[in-house]
Parts: sequence; C-alpha cells; structure tokens
Amino acid sequence: MSGDFNIVGRSVVRQDAYAKVTGQAKFADDYKFPGMLFGVMVRTDVSHALIHSIDYSGLLDYPEVTVCDINDIRGSRKVGVVTADQPVFCYEKIVTPGDVICMLVGADESQLKLLTAKVKTELEELPLITDPEKALDPDATFIHPDKKSNLIVHYPLRKGDVEKGFHESKHVIEQKYTTPLIEHAYLEPEAVTAVPIEGRGGVRIIGSIQNPHTTRRIVAEVLNFPLTKVRVVQAELGGAFGGKDDLMNIISARAAIAAIKTRRPVKVRYTREESVVESYKRHPYIMKYKVGFNDDGIIKAMKIDILADGGAYASMSPFVTWRTVVQATGPYEIENVHTDVRAVYTNNPYTGAMRGFGSPQPIFAQESLMDEIAEIIGVSPYEIRKINGVKPGSITASGHKLRDHDVNLLSVLERAERETNFTERHKECSRSANTKFQTSQKFRGSGFILKKDEMLDNRDIIKKGIGLAVSLRGCSLGAEGIDAAAAYLSVQKDGSAYLISGLAENGQGLRTTFSIIAAEVLGISPEHIYYLEQDTGIIADSGPTVASRSTIMGGSAVKNAAEIIKKRFEEMLLTYWNIKSKDQLLFKNNRVYEQSRSISFSELCSLAYSKGLNMSAIGWFKGPSVHWDEEKGQGAAYFTYVYGCQVAEVSANLLTGEIFVDRIVAVHDPGKIINLMGAKGQVFGGVTQGAGYALWEGITTYNGNIRENNFDQILIPTSKDIGEIESIFLEGEDIYGAWGAKSLGEPTLELTAAAIANAVKNATGLRYFNLPLNPEEILLSRKLSPNDLSRGSTN
Amino acid sequence: MIRRINLTINGDKVGIDVQPSMRLLDVLREILNLTGTKEGCSIGECGACTVVINGNAVNSCLIVIGQCEGSEITTIEGLEKNGELNKLQKSFMEKGAVQCGFCTPGMIMSAYALLLKNPNPTEVEIQEAIAGNLCRCTGYKQIIEAIKSP
Repeated sequence: MSGDFNIVGRSVVRQDAYAKVTGQAKFADDYKFPGMLFGVMVRTDVSHALIHSIDYSGLLDYPEVTVCDINDIRGSRKVGVVTADQPVFCYEKIVTPGDVICMLVGADESQLKLLTAKVKTELEELPLITDPEKALDPDATFIHPDKKSNLIVHYPLRKGDVEKGFHESKHVIEQKYTTPLIEHAYLEPEAVTAVPIEGRGGVRIIGSIQNPHTTRRIVAEVLNFPLTKVRVVQAELGGAFGGKDDLMNIISARAAIAAIKTRRPVKVRYTREESVVESYKRHPYIMKYKVGFNDDGIIKAMKIDILADGGAYASMSPFVTWRTVVQATGPYEIENVHTDVRAVYTNNPYTGAMRGFGSPQPIFAQESLMDEIAEIIGVSPYEIRKINGVKPGSITASGHKLRDHDVNLLSVLERAERETNFTERHKECSRSANTKFQTSQKFRGSGFILKKDEMLDNRDIIKKGIGLAVSLRGCSLGAEGIDAAAAYLSVQKDGSAYLISGLAENGQGLRTTFSIIAAEVLGISPEHIYYLEQDTGIIADSGPTVASRSTIMGGSAVKNAAEIIKKRFEEMLLTYWNIKSKDQLLFKNNRVYEQSRSISFSELCSLAYSKGLNMSAIGWFKGPSVHWDEEKGQGAAYFTYVYGCQVAEVSANLLTGEIFVDRIVAVHDPGKIINLMGAKGQVFGGVTQGAGYALWEGITTYNGNIRENNFDQILIPTSKDIGEIESIFLEGEDIYGAWGAKSLGEPTLELTAAAIANAVKNATGLRYFNLPLNPEEILLSRKLSPNDLSRGSTN
Repeated sequence: MIRRINLTINGDKVGIDVQPSMRLLDVLREILNLTGTKEGCSIGECGACTVVINGNAVNSCLIVIGQCEGSEITTIEGLEKNGELNKLQKSFMEKGAVQCGFCTPGMIMSAYALLLKNPNPTEVEIQEAIAGNLCRCTGYKQIIEAIKSP
C-alpha cells in the first residue's frame, strides 16, 4: 500500500522549521504595536472568600493607570467551555488562589506590578475544601453557591450484573490508586495582545491560543459582540498540550476589555509563576477498582469508582471524566461492568484538558491491576492481556461493537512482546527481584553504613525490571461534542497553493501534515503549499484542536478539499485532451500524465486560470454519528479507535530509590502515518512526558496554594533523564481518516507511566499505587510532603 | 543612571545607552528587537533565553547588561551567515528536532557553544550541554541526533 504514495508516510521537514531555527518565528510576546499598553493582574492571597469591596483609592495618584474589573463587562460575567462558572474578573467570591479581581492597564509594566499592592480588598474568608473526598459531605460549603452542590458531573456506566460476576469469580481483589496534579509546562508562558480595529468597533486578538474559535466565542460573549467583530489570530504557539484553552480565552477577554476601554493595543503576558498559579492542570484522580476473575484469567466483573478533583471551576471536567468512564476498564472485554466517575469542585487549582485527557489515570490503575491478576493466577502480563484484550467484533464496556477498522490491540501487544523478548525477561527479572531484593532490604529505611572491608555489589543495588501497558483510545471527541472540521485550499495560477484548516498548529506539526495530504492528492510537492496563518476571520470554526483529532478530522477535510479541486482539473483535462475516461490520469511529481503525454502542474493551473476554472474549495468532514445513553453509560462512544502497547525497561537503585528508564519500546497503531518524522516526534515527546508523570512530576498544594511555581521545583524531564525510546508503527486500516490516518499524540503519553510502574514492580518486587514513583515513594513507601492525604493502597 | 555599554552582537559593534541593571534578555528583546531569544522562566532554569557570550552558553535572564561591556554576544539571529544556515540549524530542521519551536533558539545556542569547544561531542556530552535547556515537546531524542551529526 505505501508504495502507492508519493509523499505520505515519508519523513518531511516541517514547514515552519526554518522560521523556528532562525529565531524568526513570531510567538505571542514577540508582537509589538505602536502605543501598546500592558495589563497586569491583581490577585488576593486567599483561597476561598466572599468579596465585600474593592478599594482603588490607592491608585488615585496614578491617573496614567486604568483599572479594568467587573464593571467593564457588558456581556457575560462568567464564562466556561462547558459550564459558565468562571468569572473574567471575580466579583462575588474568590474560590482559588489564581483568581483575578481586576487588571491594571498602563504603559509601564513594571510600575503596574508594584501598583497591584495598592488595590485593597475587603474579604470574608470561608471554610476551605481541599480534599475532594470531602467535597460532597452534607456540611460542605458550596464553592459555587448557585450550583447548590459541589458535584460537577457524575457518569455512571452499567453493563451486565456486576454482583453476579463477582459471585462467579474465584478471585476478587480491590485496590485504590491515586495520581497527582500535573502542570502542562509548555515552555512558552501565556501571552496575548488585543488590538482595537479602528473604525469598525471590533477587536483583533493575537496570542498563544490553542483554540482560536473557542477564544473568539468567549471574547464575543464577554464583550457582547457578534462573533464576526472578534477576530482571533494565532501567534506561533510555544506548546499547549491541552493547556492553552480556557485560561487563554479569559486572558484574551481581559485584554479585549482593556483594548476597547483604552482604545489602545493591550498586551497581557504572564510570568512563569503567574502561569502556574492561574492555569489549569491535569486532574488528580482517586480510583477504586474491584475485579473478579477465575483461574483461566478471564475477568468476570469490574467495579470502578473514580473521583476527579475538578478544582475551583468546571472547565473541561465534564469531557475529561467522560473519556474516563468510557475507557476505565481498559481495552478489555468484560461481561459485567459497574463504573461511576465523578468530578467535584474544591478550592484547589482548577483542572481541565491535558494531553491524555482522562486516560493516563485509569490506565495506570487498570494496567497495574492486570499485572496483579496475572501474578495471582500465575501467567505472564502478556498472557493476561491476550486473554482479555479486545479483538475484532469485541464489545466494549459501553456496549460498542468494534468493527470497520483493524482492531489491532493484540497485534501491537504481540509486536512489543517480540521486540523486547518480554515474557522471558519479565520472568528473569522477577526471580531476581524476589530473591535479591530481600537481601537488600537491610539497606532500606534505616539507612546503611558499610562496615570495614565490606563492599557493595552493584548487582545487589541496581535491579532491572520490565513492564508493559496497553490501551485502546477513542479517536476525536466522540459523543462529547459536535465533530466537524473545515479546510480551505486555493490553488494559484502558478501551481502554488494556499491551505488552511479550522484546526490550529500547536507545535505538533499540523501545517506540514495537512500540506502533505493536499500535496499527495494533487501530486505536487508539499513545498508548493503555503499554509496560511490561523485566523478566525478566514476559516470556518472546526471545533477545538484537542483529542488527537486534527489528523483524523482536519486531515479528512483537507483531503476532501484537494479532491474537489482535483476532480475539476480532471474534468477540464477530459475536454482539453479529448479523452473519455479520467482513469488514465495520473497526478504525480508535479505533473499530470495521460499515457504518453503530460502537462506540468503549473501549466495545468495556468490553463485552468485562463479558462476561469474555480481552483478554490472548502473541504468538510463531519464525524459519523455517535451516541451516549447518560443513564446507563452505553453507546457507540467514538466512531473509531487506535491501539498501543508500550514496554518499559528500568533500573531501580534500591539505595537511593532512583528509577532510571533504560528504554521504552512504543508500538502504536495510529492508522496511516502521514509524516513519519512528525509521528516519531510525537512518540518521543509523549513518552518523555509520560515518564515525567511516572517518576517526577506532581504539583502539590496547601490550602489551595501551589507549592511549586517555577521550573526550579516543577521537575519535568531533562535531556539526561531518560534512556532509549524506540517507536514502532503498525498501520492498521480504517474507513475513516485520510487513507485511514487517525490519532497518535495522546496514545503516546497515556501508556508510559503504567508501563514504568509495572517495570518498577518487576524490578523491586513491590507495587506502588500512586504516582509519581519518586525516590521517596520507592525507598520509604510514602511521600515526604505534608499533604500526603490521599494515596493509593499500600503494600 | 544611564550608561553606554559597548558590545559586539552577531558580529556588529553596537553602543547602547541603557540602565546597567537591565537584564541582557530585555536589552535583546526590547531594545535591539532580537526576539528570537525567548523568556520561559526568568530564573535560569529553562534555558529558552540562552545566548553565547564570549564562547560560553549563558542564560540571558540572569545577566545584567552592565556585566557585558566589551563582550561578544551571539544570538540565534546571528547564526545564519550570508543566507547560509549554520550546520546546526540545518540538522535541527532535517532531524525533526523542532516541534513548537519555543525552546529551539536556546537549545541551538547551547549546542553551538558546545561545538565551539568540542567539535565531536559524545552523546553524554551533548546531554550534559543541553541539560539546562528544557523541552516539553520532543523528548530530546531528535535534538540529540541533530547535535550529533550536524
């Protein structure tokens, strides 16, 4: 099949690489405008309080400073992608430390920062809720009194009869797993400039914005403007990973309010500390799993109770936890399932979309559990997954029959097993873990002092382990939302072409991927395609760039646009060459061939132009319908799925507790690969983020305040922290996506922590039930941080 | 107190009248309009603001301009000469070492400083040289490849 492609599947250099390696790429903070002012946020030092009054009298001596607050809002005072619960400027309550009461606007940014102390507030502190398990207590204070509950959302899923399933099981085990709050840690902090559009009463926004059309909607709601009067342009985006959505909408709205008020361009740019305090994070989960199974390894029943800390605002919690409820049992066909997933409000930093989106947490739990089941019945981790894993025609927990695509779960699993010689090495490592680890126990806890002439043997200290994890992942939004995407392709008379889609380049390489797709259809080089700057004024709303949906959704729309134009060319050539069938026409190598004759693509375009042919088209792709029964949690949740298996090989240092990841083998079926170089980049990056999730990362809070507010304390992986990463692709076929091209970005991240946790168990003989598996956890089996409240099961 | 500071930036001699306490990063971005150098953390942890001063990779957020009198400074904008990209820039493109691109200028400058001193670094030496440059997109693999074989 791959032999039929000109470019698809090869490694293509990114379109934006030149601009990025020369420093010419313009990120949000690189834009400057004449007369530009700055906006600086004013926050309080409390986590939960009523606002009685705000006193600006301290600013009377500074007439050059403009204050923007709730009184400047003509439209919606509260916004949100799902639930409008987040105030642009707080006016009733403070519910978390990132909250902003007003913004000071002026020409001198450093002066404004000093002046924030002159804004005085009269606050009445309220009792804090920082433990999500107490959020639903009858006496708990409501974070948002108008909601009359701290429950953001509750998704049940019922399949079969779980009690009957447990009754029929010889073994029943129960475990609790917990995962931490995680910072996206995009390298570029938030920045945006709002520029009034002279004479038209509108506003133009340029910023580090992940979803320009969502930002447009929110800003328009806040300004009470029609959508068309808000034009959002995306600057080069310095990383998002899901994190430049809700907060960017709000910051953009604040900048827009100030721009309208002052009639000047207003820039807001966050320091890293501000970014960390106000931006949303990955949800911490508390996950209780109960599973029943028999000696043959077949899982009879699974009961799952998951609590997600949504923090102070709903944000994407309703969507994140929905993916969780669909995927909580993992890629296994289980007869009886009873799942409840809840998200609750607390005074903690709010949580929302982050790469993985509600899947890395349950995968950590369910893949740890699978290894436990394997151990109990005495089969290998590979075998237990083979027994229970989904196959073509399998029915998922939500009652969805898997078909119309290669259900490649077992294929990726087998390939990973073969590539790493998994089963044999797992057995070998667990033997040495069980014996030698015990002798090393004497070094644990109390510390160790060597006696004279005593030597340490490295083999006693460094233990090797290997672990694996598998997943199935629903592509795109599923029943979460409206799923359609647009692309605009305009071929010029010299054979070059403009391309843009409604999805956004967030650094992942979408511009290049889409250019390859269009170029492939037209048989031209991707260099002939000029990808336009993302601008809500020139392309239709295509939903958010999230859920690893850009290739499958936007790619299909681009292919559609290119095919429309190609068809017009073909019809023109039928007349021009006086031929009957277009079957002989071949678009390749920047030419069009028909038996012995050919025409260059540029000549073709020039000819078409002279004949008045429409060489522009809007492509569209609407996802097939999906549905969801809210009460039972049943339905065809997603229209297609991707599969992955990762194997982690680790070295555990039993004296320091350090875990080093020697190698990760990542086998993924993302469907058809469009740009091999980009696909590999997704794997390396996703795996590395996943390793961070496994071993180091975790934001901790006290009374809702974040302890780690910059990269001296937020430990994300560096170049020295991870060994080899090997990526292997098994390209399954699918009726959806451009030539079956589906999703890869998130699957690469969601598996890694679970695979590493299983490898650590294999190395040390001890299982850990909460992330991250940092040295404290490994060595002391507890964490040193004082807020060590919610942890998983202990050994 | 404004003082004149004389520097060589990307081969050009410049004299700037500036507060000596201004950070080099701000001088580059705000006064000289060299916005290729990025600000990611302001505390010398992320390396996005790395420039090369007298042959050494330095976080420009930790240096004030008063310390730079007479220095020779190279920023990302200075690597392309006469329309020809530096070999590191080319290999960063070709090896897929760039994703969002925000860390890229600092990353390339750290690598550039490494190669000035050590034209044939080992993988471990490369990892060490860019250990102060955080990247959240790439997992560093393609970056290390690019530095290994420019």
